[in-house]
Amino acid sequence: MIHSLFLINCSGDIFLEKHWKSVVSQSVCDYFFEAQEKAADVENVPPVISTPHHYLISIYRDKLFFVSVIQTEVPPLFVIEFLHRVADTFQDYFGECSEAAIKDNVVIVYELLEEMLDNGFPLATESNILKELIKPPTILRSVVNSITGSSNVGDTLPTGQLSNIPWRRAGVKYTNNEAYFDVIEEIDAIIDKSGSTVFAEIQGVIDACIKLSGMPDLSLSFMNPRLLDDVSFHPCIRFKRWESERVLSFIPPDGNFRLISYRVSSQNLVAIPVYVKHNISFKENSSCGRFDITIGPKQNMGKTVEGITVTVHMPKVVLNMNLTPTQGSYTFDPVTKVLTWDIGKITPQKLPSLKGLVNLQSGAPKPEENPSLNIQFKIQQLAISGLKVNRLDMYGEKYKPFKGVKYITKAGKFQVRT
Amino acid sequence: MLFSLEQELPPVLPHRAEEKAPLLKPCDGTSPPSVLNPSLPSSATNPGTNMTDSKYFTTTKKGEIFELKAELNSDKKEKKKEAVKKVIASMTVGKDVSALFPDVVNCMQTDNLELKKLVYLYLMNYAKSQPDMAIMAVNTFVKDCEDPNPLIRALAVRTMGCIRVDKITEYLCEPLRKCLKDEDPYVRKTAAVCVAKLHDINAQLVEDQGFLDTLKDLISDSNPMVVANAVAALSEIAESHPSSNLLDLNPQSINKLLTALNECTEWGQIFILDCLANYMPKDDREAQSICERVTPRLSHANSAVVLSAVKVLMKFMEMLSKDLDYYSTLLKKLAPPLVTLLSAEPELQYVALRNINLIVQKRPEILKHEMKVFFVKYNDPIYVKLEKLDIMIRLASQANIAQVLAELKEYATEVDVDFVRKAVRAIGRCAIKVEQSAERCVSTLLDLIQTKVNYVVQEAIVVIKDIFRKYPNKYESVIATLCENLDSLDEPEARAAMIWIVGEYAERIDNADELLESFLEGFHDESTQVQLQLLTAIVKLFLKKPTETQELVQQVLSLATQDSDNPDLRDRGYIYWRLLSTDPVAAKEVVLAEKPLISEETDLIEPTLLDELICYIGTLASVYHKPPSAFVEGSRGVVHKSLPPRTGSSESAESPETAPTGAPPSEQPAVIPAQGDLLGDLLNLDLGPPVSGPPLTTAPVQMGAVDLLGGGLDSLMGDESEGPRGDVSGSPAMGGANFAAPPAGTMPANLGAPLGGGLGDLFDLAGGVGTLSGSYVAPKAVWLPAMKAKGLEISGTFSRQVGSISMDLLLTNKALQVMSDFAIQFNRNSFGLAPAAPLQVHAPLSPNQTVEISLPLNTVGSVMKMDPLNNLQVAVKNNIDVFYFSTLYPLHILFVEDGKMERQMFLATWKDIPNENEAQFQIKDCPLNAEAVSSKLQGSNIFTIAKRNVEGQDMLYQSLKLTNGIWVLAELRVQPGNPTFTLSLKCRAPEVSQHVYQAYETILKN
Repeated sequence: MIHSLFLINCSGDIFLEKHWKSVVSQSVCDYFFEAQEKAADVENVPPVISTPHHYLISIYRDKLFFVSVIQTEVPPLFVIEFLHRVADTFQDYFGECSEAAIKDNVVIVYELLEEMLDNGFPLATESNILKELIKPPTILRSVVNSITGSSNVGDTLPTGQLSNIPWRRAGVKYTNNEAYFDVIEEIDAIIDKSGSTVFAEIQGVIDACIKLSGMPDLSLSFMNPRLLDDVSFHPCIRFKRWESERVLSFIPPDGNFRLISYRVSSQNLVAIPVYVKHNISFKENSSCGRFDITIGPKQNMGKTVEGITVTVHMPKVVLNMNLTPTQGSYTFDPVTKVLTWDIGKITPQKLPSLKGLVNLQSGAPKPEENPSLNIQFKIQQLAISGLKVNRLDMYGEKYKPFKGVKYITKAGKFQVRT
Repeated sequence: MLFSLEQELPPVLPHRAEEKAPLLKPCDGTSPPSVLNPSLPSSATNPGTNMTDSKYFTTTKKGEIFELKAELNSDKKEKKKEAVKKVIASMTVGKDVSALFPDVVNCMQTDNLELKKLVYLYLMNYAKSQPDMAIMAVNTFVKDCEDPNPLIRALAVRTMGCIRVDKITEYLCEPLRKCLKDEDPYVRKTAAVCVAKLHDINAQLVEDQGFLDTLKDLISDSNPMVVANAVAALSEIAESHPSSNLLDLNPQSINKLLTALNECTEWGQIFILDCLANYMPKDDREAQSICERVTPRLSHANSAVVLSAVKVLMKFMEMLSKDLDYYSTLLKKLAPPLVTLLSAEPELQYVALRNINLIVQKRPEILKHEMKVFFVKYNDPIYVKLEKLDIMIRLASQANIAQVLAELKEYATEVDVDFVRKAVRAIGRCAIKVEQSAERCVSTLLDLIQTKVNYVVQEAIVVIKDIFRKYPNKYESVIATLCENLDSLDEPEARAAMIWIVGEYAERIDNADELLESFLEGFHDESTQVQLQLLTAIVKLFLKKPTETQELVQQVLSLATQDSDNPDLRDRGYIYWRLLSTDPVAAKEVVLAEKPLISEETDLIEPTLLDELICYIGTLASVYHKPPSAFVEGSRGVVHKSLPPRTGSSESAESPETAPTGAPPSEQPAVIPAQGDLLGDLLNLDLGPPVSGPPLTTAPVQMGAVDLLGGGLDSLMGDESEGPRGDVSGSPAMGGANFAAPPAGTMPANLGAPLGGGLGDLFDLAGGVGTLSGSYVAPKAVWLPAMKAKGLEISGTFSRQVGSISMDLLLTNKALQVMSDFAIQFNRNSFGLAPAAPLQVHAPLSPNQTVEISLPLNTVGSVMKMDPLNNLQVAVKNNIDVFYFSTLYPLHILFVEDGKMERQMFLATWKDIPNENEAQFQIKDCPLNAEAVSSKLQGSNIFTIAKRNVEGQDMLYQSLKLTNGIWVLAELRVQPGNPTFTLSLKCRAPEVSQHVYQAYETILKN
């Protein structure tokens, strides 16, 4: 099981360590640093590293490395999932998961880690339960505490801890009872040079924000549940009801949580909302090249595609770029060779384009590879898979809640090869 | 002031660790610190300024410990708490604040829970360094364990277990016992984990106190969380106690676990699923019902739960009959969750991909339609890219090859060098795997060569060499293009590949001699791999164009033999030299022999290992693709896991194959893994790094002579299998089947003799060893009792010595008259055994006289298949009558001396023989170790070709040949300490397997 945890920032300082069994010396991280050095890029550090006596399993989140030390055979996914949960909890407690936030709240962090893991076994990882045990810091609370002498640590056993619904605490009370659902879909796609789709799928999630008093029992049904054949559920969902009736039936956790995530991969269902016309060429034996891209709407179901950004990692030999956008603004970072073109909305009447010259390092051979374009966009009020919520019913409580569903489609890993 | 509590904490932390050292001394507090502190300014020694100095001292950071000490001893609760927080803060960044131990422990007795928790945190960290003081805490713990608040009881029992001090542990037993039976499940579940902690500190104590039994009882607890934690604790303890039946699961407890599975937390589900995976259902129905209850876990949001569920399903699926509808439903259900894992964070993807790699090898049908999800995105981390690529090749088939190739070509122009290389290699692997695509792959590779990107060209040449090997006489037209790039090759592997191509196709390359000569100039600077290849290539060239290259070959031979320190190179050089000088015709036959085709997939995991790894899905073993015993620290008590055998289906009845090789043979190529593992290591001497020397010399001692030569020769021919075996054991038949070219035995007869002569001295050593002892000879048994043969009793046995078979007979005259005129005749039999000479009894046999006769046999008699196969019907005549009897001869008398197969040949043959022909047997009660086994078997002409150690078991790969040219390939698994061996036999004539197995048993047990 998980033996120790080290938090390391990007410059390689170990700024927090926690041991659940015996103390493991910091020097074990040297193996990690070695791997980091070898990987060159922080994102390429292998997640599982073996050392003579331990295994290091790490994740990279928010510019921090969470490095756990393992001594016995243990499922690595379990460790990785747990580490992400730790990062989520920090995010939840401090608003951000950063070195500064962790350092500012070091004692709470320590208390949390102690509460989340016992002897390497996860103890309480549900945000609901943790918040009953250890209250998140607020300025107001620290004022109150110092006056009344009360503490940030709950002194009764959290109610959810042992019930069949560990994710919900008892005695929740709201004056305004609300239940909101966000259907968020991301399109992952690879488009080849000629504009045809090599690969496309939709990664969807339904995030919920539930503020309902008491013990509400909810049923969420869809107009077209058959779209969802590959789903991962929050533990609160009753699997049997889904199997038999295709209805999501659950007693929700209190607050924000991810209800389900799903994947739609059948290619004909994945609409590609934008197209790109591109012409990027480098001349042989010359120090310049041409760059010309135009972007336009494709299958966007009549909605506006907005928030478009194109990012291009240009080849190393590119020194600078001299471009003119018809819309939006562009930047080129000559150090990282990243071109970013911030476009905004597409208006079909006048398609945005970016044209100009590329300066290459003179004398260097012309680049072999053509850069891939990475495209970001957003479409409000649309789930591109066509998924639609039919209705939400509540049982078990008498009040009438406010209900709301929002749809949004975004680009995930949307890549156009040139 | 009010805000300072939380916000200002970190800035006041002490910063310089080295400053702590001097501070520890004055910790007892009373004497003025300045006097003791050597690092103070010189003015400190002046008594007149003592007061001010001391004041100065406390204002520096050096005074912090004192300040904290004072605050800890303050009367005000708030101040105390703040001080403890500061101490904890220092601790979290790895600073040593152990000097404050007594002061912090003093704060322990408090009703403020936060303060208590903070003190506990401190205690856990430092108790070990202050064991005597830690005792002070015991009372508080014992008291807290009686607290009415379950949270405090649980906290106490949790913290107690974390204090890793021997002296304390015994005080903890009573409170722990109470907590294990606590009315509150929260306390019970915490106590369950505490047992595991205690076990880690003092295993004996835990056993003596009976905590293990209590823990087992908790598996039946009414609360699912308690069950999950008990399972987790027991699993952890079981890991260090492999023999104990801690997790002795039965259908009832399984039912409990399955119920708890639905109700406990995600982490609990992981523990329970991992525990379930160790259970062996009694039949397929039980397996199916467990699968049904586990399947919903595939939709869990936690990827670790999903993967653990996949493990259980993959394992229990083995037991389900493929005809079941449920089986195919299950297969379908497995694909989506596996694909979903790939949309998670990259770290999770990596682990998932490593596991999918195993699953795809075991059951390719699950993901065969999901090729596209493995397409690489350009911003994937490199470790994800490489894994995806690997799986893409595994899934490549005729149906999707066009897509795959288009992708691979795309990848080959990416930026990352490692990835590009692997992509190029992948194109070559596709060509070899999917024949229909070969042409397209070759043209893609040629396109890539045109790019002139150095590393792309080199990789392409390496894979093109393999393509030549797979599809001879098809793509040689590209050689000219390859030759153009000769100068740009700077990596040994690429140079070696190119040299091989030049040598192999010397007759088609006009300037082959010039090309090779150009390499020769820097011969000594080349790596061993290139040197060996160059030597072989030039010899090939010489044999093809002897007139113009005599000088060149002389030059390379002398470079190899006289100027080189490398034994491999020298030996190869000498052998070529001898061959060429003794009999150029033979040399031609040897060096230019037709090579066997290379196998399709060279990097599959060996089936037995794969089956084991399937049992370890989701664990570190699955990430490293090694069984845990191979890498887990100390490998204490790793139990060997295996897939359950299929039951209840008709399959097991059809074939003798009891091995759990799940997928039907047609889908799962039987594979001998190549480069990198297993035999590959042995075979790969040439292609491996230049340090191939040591493995040769560490060959098993008892076969030293053979192996030294064998190894050397293998490396000589290893990559091309173009010559005779190194260990020709001096038998007259040394040509024959030694050659790779099928069919065996087509070697010109004239070759044997001169070769034997020429190489004789080289092979002397080997020849001796092989036949020294001769085959095992069973004691004589009575074949024909006197009663049935009018007084003539015949007993006998069979033996094989130095290549000849004989029937050793004992004729006893139990009649009252003299016997004479003996003659013997055999009926037609399976292997054509016949007397090679008449039965010669020199004098008449008088009553009560016994004569011993050795009757030489040959195998050129007429053949008829007998039942059983080794049945021999014999007629013996004497002056009285003709008598008939039949006897069974042990098959090993038919094992010929040249039955050692060339390793490459072995690989290819093993692969080539369909899986239905594989038979598995158990050899029980054989206390020998692997060395002894292989030397014993060698005495009877069963040759160990390779040996390998897998998680403590020795795998021996052996071959033998029958007199009628039938090859039998064997894999013998020997586990030290376990007298039962597993023997897998593969043979094109599977009916002999049973008898070969009997021969094995006879030889090994005598």
